[in-house]
Amino acid sequence: MIDREVADSLPRKNGELVFEAPWEGRAFGMAVVTHAKGVYQWGDFRDRLVERVSEGSTHYYRDWLNALEAVLLARGAIEPDELEARVKEYKELRRDPVF
Amino acid sequence: MSEHTHHHHDDHDHDHDHGHHPEPPSDVEARALALESLLREKGLISGEEIDRIVSAYEHDIGPMIGARVVARAWTDADYRQRLLADPAAAVAELHPSGPSATNLAVVANTPEVHNLVVCTLCSCYPWAVLGLPPSWYKSPPYRSRAVSEPREVLKEFGLELPSSVRVNVWDSSSDLRYMVLPERPAGTEGWSEEELVALVTRDSMIGVARPQAPAGARS
Repeated sequence: MIDREVADSLPRKNGELVFEAPWEGRAFGMAVVTHAKGVYQWGDFRDRLVERVSEGSTHYYRDWLNALEAVLLARGAIEPDELEARVKEYKELRRDPVF
Repeated sequence: MSEHTHHHHDDHDHDHDHGHHPEPPSDVEARALALESLLREKGLISGEEIDRIVSAYEHDIGPMIGARVVARAWTDADYRQRLLADPAAAVAELHPSGPSATNLAVVANTPEVHNLVVCTLCSCYPWAVLGLPPSWYKSPPYRSRAVSEPREVLKEFGLELPSSVRVNVWDSSSDLRYMVLPERPAGTEGWSEEELVALVTRDSMIGVARPQAPAGARS
């Protein structure tokens, strides 16, 4: 399911993947599943990820999630307004967590 | 040998406590939640699909906690003492949000003593620091031979110890789960903690391997 190109983008230490918190695993899983379903081209995501990481950021999965949002917005899979509204609902504890 | 309560590994389920968050999620958590809930509603993903991907890698959460603990112990003598004296508290220091490492015992390798961990009765394992046990750890041959002929077992893992080194075998139970604190490899003087973390393998914390500095390591 994870092809070579995808595998090369994943953070590895000890040759193994690393998630430090549940949301990191969810962000990772969302990218892999939506790509597998053809929602976006991996290269489009990777370019955005590389761009963010090379800006000297400090958190790999924050960049990952950010790049995934960007590529899904660009593909029209989600709308900016609905995303921000949903984020606000979670911040204000008005919605049950999905993970 | 103390009694093993056959607790097996229903205890590695991660508690999420979801549905009753006492505090708002962090910004990045809220964004991940928002994105996943929208993608689900649109039918682009299902929660189960994400679960499968995540669980496929879940075991990788663990060994990194142990590796960080070991690297810190190598670089900070006070931390090393705390780790040996009160492992659960020392692990929590570095990983406050991680699973609680209660019942953890840390045994330190020295030039004279090599430690090896096994669970002879089942598969008790310090999952809070090492993740899920490898399949060989649960296999009957390892469980019996690690005790009866540890040097042979180590040789099969590619670790040949001089006869001057004593091998101590620690039998884990659900009440006491052992983790090995390996020795810092020679040639890693001046390495940063992050660089050291990368040398600490899961197997070295079970005691079937030693961390190796890459050939040509700068000293």
